[in-house]
Amino acid sequence: MRPFRYERATDPAGAVALLARSPQAAFLGGGTNLVDLMKLDVARPDLLVDLRGVTSRTIEELPDGGVRVGAGVSNSDLAADPLIRRRCPVVAQAVLGGASTQLRNLATVGGNLLQRTRCGYFQDVSTACNKREPGTGCSAIEGHNRDLAVLGSSPDCIATHPSDLAVALVAVDAAVRTVGPDGSRVIPLTELHRLPGSDPQHDNVLAHGELITAVDLPPLPFAANSRYRKIRDRASYAFALVSVAAAVDLVDGQVRDVRIALGGVAHKPWRATRAEDLLRGGPLTEQRLRRAAEAELVDARPQSDNAFKVPLARNAIVRTLLDLAGE
Amino acid sequence: MDTEITLRVDGADHRLTVDTRTTLLDALRERLGNTSPKKGCDHGQCGACTVLLDGRRANSCLALAVAHDGAEIVTADGLAVDGQLHPVQRSFIEHDAFQCGYCTPGQIVSAVALLDEAAAGWPSAVTFDRPDGAPDTGPIDVAGEPDEIQERMSGNLCRCAAYANMVPAIQEVARS
Repeated sequence: MRPFRYERATDPAGAVALLARSPQAAFLGGGTNLVDLMKLDVARPDLLVDLRGVTSRTIEELPDGGVRVGAGVSNSDLAADPLIRRRCPVVAQAVLGGASTQLRNLATVGGNLLQRTRCGYFQDVSTACNKREPGTGCSAIEGHNRDLAVLGSSPDCIATHPSDLAVALVAVDAAVRTVGPDGSRVIPLTELHRLPGSDPQHDNVLAHGELITAVDLPPLPFAANSRYRKIRDRASYAFALVSVAAAVDLVDGQVRDVRIALGGVAHKPWRATRAEDLLRGGPLTEQRLRRAAEAELVDARPQSDNAFKVPLARNAIVRTLLDLAGE
Repeated sequence: MDTEITLRVDGADHRLTVDTRTTLLDALRERLGNTSPKKGCDHGQCGACTVLLDGRRANSCLALAVAHDGAEIVTADGLAVDGQLHPVQRSFIEHDAFQCGYCTPGQIVSAVALLDEAAAGWPSAVTFDRPDGAPDTGPIDVAGEPDEIQERMSGNLCRCAAYANMVPAIQEVARS
């Protein structure tokens, strides 16, 4: 690992100011991804600013019925929280579907959202990777691409976003609150992560030194009827080939409202708005679900080894929604 | 960049100077001579380095020592009290729940933590597969649920594949 300085801040403004002065500095949350990437020489910060004691570790109910999750809350505490389990089981399920308890105990909510892709070429500094070193090329397109994106990729990058939590948060209309060099803002989760385009080095829209302080879950009563389904190569402790986060509001067998997001298929958590629009206002039948899922995936452009993800995603959407309908 | 930190390890206080790059695992093994946590993958994938960090299990290979100044750490070595093995340690021996033994300290620390987590009502991914889901927050009985134990132990790999005896070893402690 390359040498680096280590500093603690006492509040978000102090942490942001420390990073603003150092273009190569990074925030340190739980460190489960960052420290690993530093060992691999993929991440090369010259200064770590520890966020322990800087970001909130509490989960609180908001006056409007929403829930605010401090960015410093551990993944374990988020998943075990009674309010989250009752109001938004998809969030708890998604968190518990990822990593191991040892990692979830260290990892923070903010850090989970900002973890980097697990594309093997991104993590291997001996290979070309536009995300790691812009302009060097993408080794994955002609290489092992079974795990990689089928939606929204570009000729420069086919990486996927690895977070399970982010998929659930995208589905339930969550937003992140940030503080940065230019002040504070609220960013819907659907707009936090981005597609790779020609500059895949940027995973998200945050500026250097912009700190996630909290995640807000809006009041969404039907999120109590939500579910996360993760499909992977082994039963536990693996990244998603495809995952689905879904919530549905069924009234007399008709879909009054629905939320669907996909993981493991794109550079960002993929909100399936096209499928949602097709499902609203009708019965939740297998046939309608299939049609909606196929419409969502019509623009899929698989690579040489991952065409299976398209029918897998379609079937996962159908099965997850039928499960939610109790069928 | 050297920094002075204190760690409480298996009940004993230590003051040491570490480079900022030093992980907790390396501090324990290389600096304090506690070779109970093992270095397997060194990337948080195998669980051999698992310790209790301020009461919770964690991969010590991904934790920077400097970021855990003042922490209380319990390794598998510290689970025995006055020469008496911890019930999970005894059960692993009685059930022959290991072969080469390299992953065993991490497995045992994980199992000890698992029992506390289930008693505290922490759900696992498979808890949500139950007919009623996991909305309740009471203790979760894992003694009769091998799938709960397998899921909760999935962060600890064993290349000898001694898993088959680990699950009953943990179930027995959960029952008692």
